[in-house]
Amino acid sequence: MLKFIFRRILETVPVLLCVAAMTFFMCRLAPGGPFDDDKQVTPEVREQLNKQFNLDKPLYAQFYQYLVNLPNLQSFKYPSRTVGDIISQKFPVSAKLGFLAMCIALSIGIMFGVIASLRPNSYIDYIPSSLAMIGICLPTFVMGPILIYIFSLKLKWLPATGWGGFDGDIFFASDMILPSLTLGLFYAAYISRLTRGGMLDILTQDYIRTAKAKGASAPRILLKHALRGGLLPVISFMGPAVAGLIAGSFVIETIFNIPGLGQDFVKSAFNRDYTLVLGVVMFYATLIVTLNLIVDILQVSLNPKLKFQS
Amino acid sequence: MIYRMIARASICLMPLILVGCGSGEKSETSNEALKILKITVGAEPEDIDPHVVTGVPEHHIIAALTEGLVAEDPVDLHPVPGVAEKWEVSEDGKVYTFQIRENAKWSNGDPVTSTDFAESYKRILTPALASKYAYMLFVMEGAEDYSTGKLKDFSKVGVKVINKQTLQIKLNAPTPYFLSLLNHYTWFPVHISTVKKYDGLTKRGSGWTKPENFVGNGAFNLKSWTLGRKLVVEKSPTYWDAKSTKLDEIHFFAIELETTQENAFRAGQLHNIYNLHIDKVATYKKEHADELRIKPHLASYFYRFNVNKKPCDDVRIRQALTMAIDRESIVKNVTKGEQMASTFFTPPGVGGYTARARFKEDVGEAQKLLAQAGYPNGEGFPSLELLYNTTEGHRIIAEAIQQMWKKNLNINVTLQNQEWKVYLDRQRQMDYQISRAGWTGDYPDPNTFLDMWTSWSQQNQTGWSDTKYDALIRKAAITKDPDTRLEVFQEAEEILMDQLPIIPIYIYTRVYALHPAVKNWHANVLDHHPWKHIDLDLNLLKK
Repeated sequence: MLKFIFRRILETVPVLLCVAAMTFFMCRLAPGGPFDDDKQVTPEVREQLNKQFNLDKPLYAQFYQYLVNLPNLQSFKYPSRTVGDIISQKFPVSAKLGFLAMCIALSIGIMFGVIASLRPNSYIDYIPSSLAMIGICLPTFVMGPILIYIFSLKLKWLPATGWGGFDGDIFFASDMILPSLTLGLFYAAYISRLTRGGMLDILTQDYIRTAKAKGASAPRILLKHALRGGLLPVISFMGPAVAGLIAGSFVIETIFNIPGLGQDFVKSAFNRDYTLVLGVVMFYATLIVTLNLIVDILQVSLNPKLKFQS
Repeated sequence: MIYRMIARASICLMPLILVGCGSGEKSETSNEALKILKITVGAEPEDIDPHVVTGVPEHHIIAALTEGLVAEDPVDLHPVPGVAEKWEVSEDGKVYTFQIRENAKWSNGDPVTSTDFAESYKRILTPALASKYAYMLFVMEGAEDYSTGKLKDFSKVGVKVINKQTLQIKLNAPTPYFLSLLNHYTWFPVHISTVKKYDGLTKRGSGWTKPENFVGNGAFNLKSWTLGRKLVVEKSPTYWDAKSTKLDEIHFFAIELETTQENAFRAGQLHNIYNLHIDKVATYKKEHADELRIKPHLASYFYRFNVNKKPCDDVRIRQALTMAIDRESIVKNVTKGEQMASTFFTPPGVGGYTARARFKEDVGEAQKLLAQAGYPNGEGFPSLELLYNTTEGHRIIAEAIQQMWKKNLNINVTLQNQEWKVYLDRQRQMDYQISRAGWTGDYPDPNTFLDMWTSWSQQNQTGWSDTKYDALIRKAAITKDPDTRLEVFQEAEEILMDQLPIIPIYIYTRVYALHPAVKNWHANVLDHHPWKHIDLDLNLLKK
């Protein structure tokens, strides 16, 4: 297993390099630059700015500098912050939101999926399945405002925006509920569909029949025997999903005004904030690669048919 | 495994449910005695270094943290004593002598001296800092040459430290709006020794603006700045006029999305909506008239022609296109924010100036001009593209104008939307035929709207130049008599409205909402609100 992990880590190096190169050069090919503003600057000022941010150096030299020193480079848009500053301040927020959303997604999604799989094509199946379908079809930018309207503006139970207390930095605050729920429900819908599919597949397997024949109780068969295999599709889905969840959701963060990394992921590209774009993309890429590796390991340990090999 | 996962999930959810509602409100009640204004000024501030930033959100924040030689009256913004308690103007209107008050202090207790100002001006004009807004100081003698590197010796620039308390500024020409100009943050002082401490004077974003390092001289001090969330300023005890400061704290929230601003406002988390969405205006007029504010703004919405490209190189075609737009209909049916349809460029009433030059909206005349240019009834008219940056608001205006041109002149125009930076780049490279634009005045004087159309201005971007126009703007800059000066601007705008390198469309309004508990908030064309005067009625806030 160690050998497998080691090889996989080695494989990620060229992948990340490719990502870095593509991001860097695509950014540079895009028209417009970080200093374009509705008030145009004189050529002299532009030249000085390029000098200050090393844009006057050849591209390969800049790329090299970005590669070796990315976290300590200044953001173009927010010059008083480095790329490292921004990611380290904002990532924990996104990660927490993602974690809470994932908890909601997993608990609701698996529960609904399992229930639906018990009596396929009956009301017990139709109700959770159609709820899940609605969840998939309702994008977060619709779900979020609906929840805000009901729980914040009409019932006045929960704050409409903010994170960790609109004023403070509270570890668990009421303003975390709505964004986590909005994001969680969206993923719950997928997870419940995947769980249902996986479970239906497993419940018809021979070993389940054997377990039944041996007189194992229904909950035991379900939870001990079936769930282990039935959740494999969910596990594969969780790799990229977790990366997506904790790296931040642009939509949720914008609607609820949450200071997470998801906003920078999108806005830095619009701002031509060359350093920040690369920083956020590389961070996200590393996250995905790592999580995929973890998922692979998890899958092997859950599925006896698989072995570590690459 | 799965049991554990589910168990963990439910453990995680528990505190959420237990903490439940109220934690947000709790912190509010504990702050009850303090007057805390919670507002948003839109986007996240890029920085709070007055010599580096260029944006409007930054302006609002810097105005709380720093004060220039003069301050603004909260009602009509006329210059009132700031750091300088009084000033004298020389006979020829070119030399200003400021007397700095002795009790003016920085937030670390240091006295504010005339050297601070002189050194600050030197910093913003230093070429290596590459301040985008350094040109705001170009009215000062030698400033432009120093900033472009032509002049190396700063002592030749028109700022002189007479003594610790006296500062003399020499201008190129009598500049009637000079005192108003001093309220632009480019003229604000920075605490030089603090700036020096962090990577020197010419490095932008060196870290001196972080809350633990920042030193200012305004009515408020920087307390905290959480990226993407909010910037908090608190009443400064060292400010010379601290007794007049009414608020204890101001929380500037970074909320860009209009609907999010509104949600926070309606949920009682925020005291303003910086930009009210246009679809909400009718509802607010009916249901929340006490909160809605619609005020004229010192900004003009217009289209640029590229006069180097066919067919807009022909003035008759530019005139025809300009005349064939029904602006009243646009502001009434499309933009709906009580904007003023404009058949002129400079917003009226700026520095006592209301443009005399007006073109007519006249479809018959427009058709005639088009025919004269060789396209009777639009026949054979070459392809024409209208460029705008991708925003819903610009799209609907462009569509309305596209229809009007089709209906009135029978010409087809294609609409091309581009992402912001691409649009700016294409405009700068003159790679367009017609391009959407907006211009916000930097100070209340017609000069800020008219000098941009000179042949040497970076903001021109139309390819249009006119020697007579250039001469008039130069003349206005050295004319001392205010009435004669305004008359020169009138002549200049007449040329502009005759040649029409641009299509004026409307004068902006600011459409926003403000909690009735916010007091001493006066609407003005610059949307400046000197923070020390703003008050909060806590009784009204509770309701």
